[in-house]
Amino acid sequence: MSKVTATESNPSSAIAGRFGAYGGRYVPETLMAALEELESAYAAAQADPAFTSELAHLLHHYVGRPTPLYHAARLTEFLGGAKIYLKREDLLHTGAHKINNCIGQGLLARRMGKRRIIAETGAGQHGVATATVCALFGMECVIYMGEEDMRRQELNVYRMRLLGAEVRGVRSGSATLKDAINEAMRDWVTNVRTTYYLLGSVLGAHPYPTMVRDFHRVIGIEARQQILEAEGRLPSAIIACVGGGSNAIGAFFEFIPDKSVRLIGVEAGGRGTNLGEHAARFQCGSPGVLQGTYSYVLQDDAGQVSLTHSVSAGLDYASVGPEHAALHDSGRAEYVSASDAEALRATVTLARMEGILPALESAHAVAEAMRLAPKLQRSDILLVNISGRGDKDMGILARELKLQGA
Amino acid sequence: MSIQFRHKPGMVVYLTIGDPDISTSKQIALAAIDAGADVLELGVPFSDPLADGPVIQRASERALLHGTRLTEVLALARELRTERPQAGLVIFSYLNPILRLGLEKFCALAQEAGVDGVLVTDLIVEEAEEYRAAMRRHKLQPIFLAAPTSPDARLEQIAKASEGFVYAISRTGITGTQQQVADGAQQLVERIRRYTKLPIALGFGISSAAHVAAVGAFADAAVIGSAIVAIIEKSTPAEAPMAVAAFLSELGVVPVATGETLAILS
Repeated sequence: MSKVTATESNPSSAIAGRFGAYGGRYVPETLMAALEELESAYAAAQADPAFTSELAHLLHHYVGRPTPLYHAARLTEFLGGAKIYLKREDLLHTGAHKINNCIGQGLLARRMGKRRIIAETGAGQHGVATATVCALFGMECVIYMGEEDMRRQELNVYRMRLLGAEVRGVRSGSATLKDAINEAMRDWVTNVRTTYYLLGSVLGAHPYPTMVRDFHRVIGIEARQQILEAEGRLPSAIIACVGGGSNAIGAFFEFIPDKSVRLIGVEAGGRGTNLGEHAARFQCGSPGVLQGTYSYVLQDDAGQVSLTHSVSAGLDYASVGPEHAALHDSGRAEYVSASDAEALRATVTLARMEGILPALESAHAVAEAMRLAPKLQRSDILLVNISGRGDKDMGILARELKLQGA
Repeated sequence: MSIQFRHKPGMVVYLTIGDPDISTSKQIALAAIDAGADVLELGVPFSDPLADGPVIQRASERALLHGTRLTEVLALARELRTERPQAGLVIFSYLNPILRLGLEKFCALAQEAGVDGVLVTDLIVEEAEEYRAAMRRHKLQPIFLAAPTSPDARLEQIAKASEGFVYAISRTGITGTQQQVADGAQQLVERIRRYTKLPIALGFGISSAAHVAAVGAFADAAVIGSAIVAIIEKSTPAEAPMAVAAFLSELGVVPVATGETLAILS
């Protein structure tokens, strides 16, 4: 269990894997023994200084922590309002925040004596980070990825293969993240005695949402200290994109007790407001059970899960982490959406203003910052989590932004 | 009615309702009952059947192509109850369609339809308190799954929470056929037996007369799922009911006259 306990100022409770009404364990019975084993192994690891110090060592020397908190002066001037800081998770090894969790769970799997690792991936960043950790620890690695995602994030498929992972394409449903998770769970339920499922977001059955959040808490812990050092005060708001919600919960968590700090999650608004055209779970979804957890789900009135769309594969998912559902219902965090077009514009703006190319996922957070900053005072501070870099998106960007030249 | 196994071993038949369409599902269900199925599992198609193998995944997709709903499955159960009062009827679903309809409303409709029991693939005992209370209010029998990986303490909870029968999963994995009944299956059934006098049905991977005979040596009933669904997939809608009945006969199942009770196991 997490060391974090519920307090009055913190609506999120880790007790029994529930966050308010959300979370829990909705899985086939076959997986229960493995989830209980994982829960106790994780608790033992957290209490073991050898584990925590090895994790800290690798995060520093291998992953590249701490990441900078960078004052985006030109972007701030351009938008003419709040002062903008960027938390540079894009600078981490493998190019996104996902590696924080993979290192943690990889060490845990090794402790548990598991030699075969499976994972799902959407944008491919979690798959690359998992393949990286498996290479580092000498483990067998199988990554499930929707065929649509393999097509649009092709470079990451090559990276995973180069790192020694087997990438298995998934054709069912919309051939995106949700379908990859279904297939990974089918593998896990079949090979549960020998296989570690390295889930990549704050999704799934307990203890995953709590454990994955804990491995990403370092983002907010660093950012809080860095902003206090730089400005001597807390930001007005923290903005992060929300697919499953791992980078957002990592950025938000330390600030939950700081009531003056707005927590703003940005979902994929896609290309329209009809079901199937977006992944805006909080605006259009309702509570339900998908893939092990109770949270907001995009679904029809018969309880069938909807297809989703986003230009960014990492946000293209029908449900959202249960802790975000609790933060939403309690009002502690706000959830908005940015469209495909807004995310593309934000990508260009950040690239040209600051020379930073964000992942299309992270660009959704930048888009919200661009809308919000001009409405705020110059004395306000916005902290935007740049969860990953955009190199993986060059194919999409070349096409969407017509970069091929005249 | 109630769940009774009139054969040794008893025969539980799973159907994905709405594959290929509701009216064919009804004809198949009637044919299966008439061929000797003791219990029918009426499968509710779901968009994300993560515990199912390719055969049932494809059946769910076909059923959802024309929008088969949980309420239609319940309406079909009501018709089956009227036409075949002796058959055991179990709703087999993932949790989300039930939640979306509303737990209380679902249980009320199921009771009204004459359903005997409910089995929810992704609902474990620990998360089932509210569900079990609603089932009790509506005189429905909750059936829980027991897995080879379940430690004894979990098997005890599962056995105590189940009514009608306990569903033992023969092996780790998803639904689908295999060469032979898994080695650990008998051991699992024996472990469950320590905690309950309920009949124990063994499912996952059972598809031949030899399997059924093997299961009969240590369990009270056999569940046939993917093998039946595969036959439906290969048949035209007109052929499917007869094809399923013929398959059950091949498995050694014999029809039971209405009202007659043969060799119920203690």
